[in-house]
Amino acid sequence: MRKVDVTEITKNVKEMCIEANHFLSEDMKKVFEQAVQKEKAPLGRQVLNQLKENLEIAGAEMIPICQDTGMAVIFMKVGQEVHFDGGNLTEAVNEGVRQGYVDGYLRKSVVKDPIYRDNTKDNTPAVIHYEIVEGDQVDITVAPKGFGSENMSRIFMLKPADGIEGVKESILTAVKDAGPNACPPMVIGVGIGGTFEKCAVMAKHALTRDLEEESPVPYVRELEKEMLKKINSLGIGPGGLGGTVTALAVNIETYPTHIAGLPMAVNICCHVNRHIHRII
Amino acid sequence: MERTIQAPFTKETAESLKAGDYIYIDGIIYTARDAAHKRMIETLDEGKELPVEIKDTVIYYMGPSPAREGRVIGSAGPTTSSRMDKYTPRLLDLGMGAMIGKGKRSKEVTEAIVRNKAVYFAAVGGAGAILSKCIKESRVISYDDLGTEAIRELRVEHFPVIVVIDSKGNNLYETAVKEYSEE
Repeated sequence: MRKVDVTEITKNVKEMCIEANHFLSEDMKKVFEQAVQKEKAPLGRQVLNQLKENLEIAGAEMIPICQDTGMAVIFMKVGQEVHFDGGNLTEAVNEGVRQGYVDGYLRKSVVKDPIYRDNTKDNTPAVIHYEIVEGDQVDITVAPKGFGSENMSRIFMLKPADGIEGVKESILTAVKDAGPNACPPMVIGVGIGGTFEKCAVMAKHALTRDLEEESPVPYVRELEKEMLKKINSLGIGPGGLGGTVTALAVNIETYPTHIAGLPMAVNICCHVNRHIHRII
Repeated sequence: MERTIQAPFTKETAESLKAGDYIYIDGIIYTARDAAHKRMIETLDEGKELPVEIKDTVIYYMGPSPAREGRVIGSAGPTTSSRMDKYTPRLLDLGMGAMIGKGKRSKEVTEAIVRNKAVYFAAVGGAGAILSKCIKESRVISYDDLGTEAIRELRVEHFPVIVVIDSKGNNLYETAVKEYSEE
């Protein structure tokens, strides 16, 4: 058994919130560089260059990459040998978010109630997805999610008969309906299978995948490549102002599902695809 | 076609702008997004005066992140305009000169833009840091309690935008996508 003091969690979550909002991960930066080279539209290239410069200024001067510093979405893979000391784990995670957003000059974009909408003033609570895994480590991914793209995300409860063509059509529908609103170039996370809520969490989790990685399942890997190509021939382009780079990646996760269902979710992310990963 | 214009600007200037033009804005613009728009419309419904002069005014749909010490403003990129569509035709009919945001607008907004000879600009979504550096002064002039959603008066220099919907109703999101679509 391994003891972990929750203050360790708070400290790391705080740092990760601040880091995520000022620096993109290396894999995102690399794919972005490639996009600038690939884009055929002159205005599209101008937009991508502005975004590239934006990233440089954000990191150098500690100005958040985007003013929508997001609602904190956190994946916690907790080893079953871990015992947490010193307080409530969820409270400790939220304290980390609170400190990160207050001390880090990040925007407070969370309201307490979806109808009455009083700002919580500290960007808490976070949305936390816990998973119990083997081992004695705590694997944390902090992925602040902006709502320009989140608002364009979709769930489709397909019929088994809709099959893979139904899946492809649904992904394209979600992307076309999003258009400029999701600040292209986008990163598309897709979850296929499970249940109504499982496919959505998979889609969100898919956004946090390192972009150098592909699905381990051969047909899914092919589907990722095919959908990226199809999306990039829609012509939406950077900022939705026309062009050949509409998406940077399509990441798909799958899970077993019910004989009567084919649930799928498309979680759209913009080019400010923030995810910082640490193992404690 | 690249060009610099002063804000606020006249209907004559607005009519000279074409969808696809790359424009740099110098001058005064005002921020307002969801909550401020809701309040402004409620104010109008109560027969009261708006907290900001609306005629020829450029409204920027933006809620900034907090400014560090010594800085004018935090990250300051555009928010999704369609959330303000419900309130926009009324403000356009009262003389609002232009809007800066990002994303699609409704048919009603486009019609109001055309009948009022207004303009809709897009700033690059996600370019919050670079856009913040174009903002030389910022002060809250109304709705301070709304925090990031307050109405701010901004003095901007060389603020880059693209004309998306011009006063004739031409829409760059539609025409440009068609040009590059392989469908």
